Amino acid sequence: MILDLARFVAAEQPYWTELDRTLAQAEVNQRRKLTLDELRRFHYLYERTCAGLAKINTFSSEPETRRYLESLVSRAYGELHETRGRRTRLAPWTWFTQTLPQTFRRHVRAFWLSTAVTLVGMLFGGLAVAFDTGSKSVILPEMFANHGGDPAERVAKEERERTGPSADRLTSFSAQLMVNNIMCSIKALAFGITYGVGTLVLLFYNGVIIGLISVDYVMAGQTIFLLGWLLPHGVIEIPAVLIAGQAGLILAGALIGWGQRTTMRARLRAIAPDLTTLIFGVALMLVWAGIIEAFFSQYHAPVLPYWVKISFGCTELALLILFLGRCGINRSSANTTTPPIE
Amino acid sequence: MSRTNTLLIRTPEGVVFSQLLAGPMTRFLAWLVDWFCLLGLTIAAMIIMSLFGFISAGIAQAMGLLTQFVLMIGYSIVLEWFWHGQTIGKRMLRLRVVDAQGLRLKFSQVVMRNLLRFADMLPVLYLVGGIACLMSRRSQRLGDFAANTIVIRIPKVSEPNLDQLLVGKFNSLRGHPHLEARLRQRVCAAEAAAAVQALARRDLLEPQARIELFAEFAAHFRDKVQFPPEATDGIADEQFVRNVVDSLYRSGRGEKKNASATANLAATP
Repeated sequence: MILDLARFVAAEQPYWTELDRTLAQAEVNQRRKLTLDELRRFHYLYERTCAGLAKINTFSSEPETRRYLESLVSRAYGELHETRGRRTRLAPWTWFTQTLPQTFRRHVRAFWLSTAVTLVGMLFGGLAVAFDTGSKSVILPEMFANHGGDPAERVAKEERERTGPSADRLTSFSAQLMVNNIMCSIKALAFGITYGVGTLVLLFYNGVIIGLISVDYVMAGQTIFLLGWLLPHGVIEIPAVLIAGQAGLILAGALIGWGQRTTMRARLRAIAPDLTTLIFGVALMLVWAGIIEAFFSQYHAPVLPYWVKISFGCTELALLILFLGRCGINRSSANTTTPPIE
Repeated sequence: MSRTNTLLIRTPEGVVFSQLLAGPMTRFLAWLVDWFCLLGLTIAAMIIMSLFGFISAGIAQAMGLLTQFVLMIGYSIVLEWFWHGQTIGKRMLRLRVVDAQGLRLKFSQVVMRNLLRFADMLPVLYLVGGIACLMSRRSQRLGDFAANTIVIRIPKVSEPNLDQLLVGKFNSLRGHPHLEARLRQRVCAAEAAAAVQALARRDLLEPQARIELFAEFAAHFRDKVQFPPEATDGIADEQFVRNVVDSLYRSGRGEKKNASATANLAATP
């Protein structure tokens, strides 16, 4: 096509400039809604620029103009053809009380699988220490070195310290716990990309450690101490890791696509908001668990009676079950869901 | 699966536009820049947090640890979200994260691709991510794959300053508009751009190299369209190339004005 480039550019430039301006406004303020007239104009400008690009593509000597038009068309295309929800105003309370529990329930089967794998790990860890006490030193990682000895001795030592650890130590310990647990949860999610193998291994290993330590304390006759120490933070921390595992398994499910007719790209696109919601929820839970573990779980009887700690843990667990199981259920329509984080 | 450095997206309107994909090396350099930025930020944050040591050593340590963690996780997420797919390193190397289908980048996509770094960085120095990037047709690491994103290069739109290159020169090809039109048909965009670049940088070339380069260009353009001898005889190869570029970029009447119009356009980001 022989095109009078000079005339073409002169005629089209005002439209391109107008489209560029509209796009800049839309990109700066993503919450702004266009009126019907503005939308029509925007669409017209987009189509006109598309037509311009189609024309200039056939013209050999205008790489710069073509590049400019490609950039305009790609930006406008993203704005016009996006069908997923627009960025909405931050609503943390709605997200916490509705989006998070709804997302959890929507993928509850992955949670049960995550729990089952952890339970198998617990069983393995429990049996390992029941039949061979020496397995403790082999299985337990460095960070659990304080559980390597005799549980009864540790309990006696903890109960002798009437004042409990210093506030300074507890503060940094709390931060360490949060960081370590959140990192572990992120890995449980990220390893879902290995078609879930990495997530399953991580959950199983986590279960092995929990099972091993629990059975070790029970066998030493320290069940009350174990419950008092583990329940206050464990009832939040362990479900948080299970939910992170759930997120990893959702990712794996999208990759495998068993029984689904959509493409892998469409499946991954569909689960991304849910995974984001779950991992933010997990982070929130682990911050809470970190605070409780440092400032509550580390105090033992007689400073803090075990029945108080166990009751506190049970109450937390009941509230968590209520929260995840019942929160965000719309009374008028049980199927109504709030949009996840986009 | 063959690799490509360009992703073509066809709109429902039937128009095709291209995105230049960033290769693993460019991305590694951007990551290196980000890593140094992150290191600087962490050191600065640690110094500030150490001031809490006057209140309590435990609080200072806890704040330092949490800040370091938040920076490590949040740096890329926050910057890519607020800078529309760019971090400091990506800005410096003119890279941008975009949706793989050309749609708007979502917050969940930014979060996903950054959290999956922990799988990509295994076992050391992004080995898994690097291999995935090399094997992927669209240069995607695992995080990009899961989040449905790609990293593109944003080429600098440099304006050929034709007024400066061609001022005051008589163009002997102007007398043959039908051949000029044929020239515009036959010369592709890359060839035209190469000729402009050669003219723009001609003073940087060694004299002998300059002669040889423009001789090659002139021979190439002469092969494309045969101009009559009166239009080409007696002019140097370099002048011939200048005439060709002038003919390519300034078609029709009012050319000067419109060359500037094109210049303004291309300069717009």
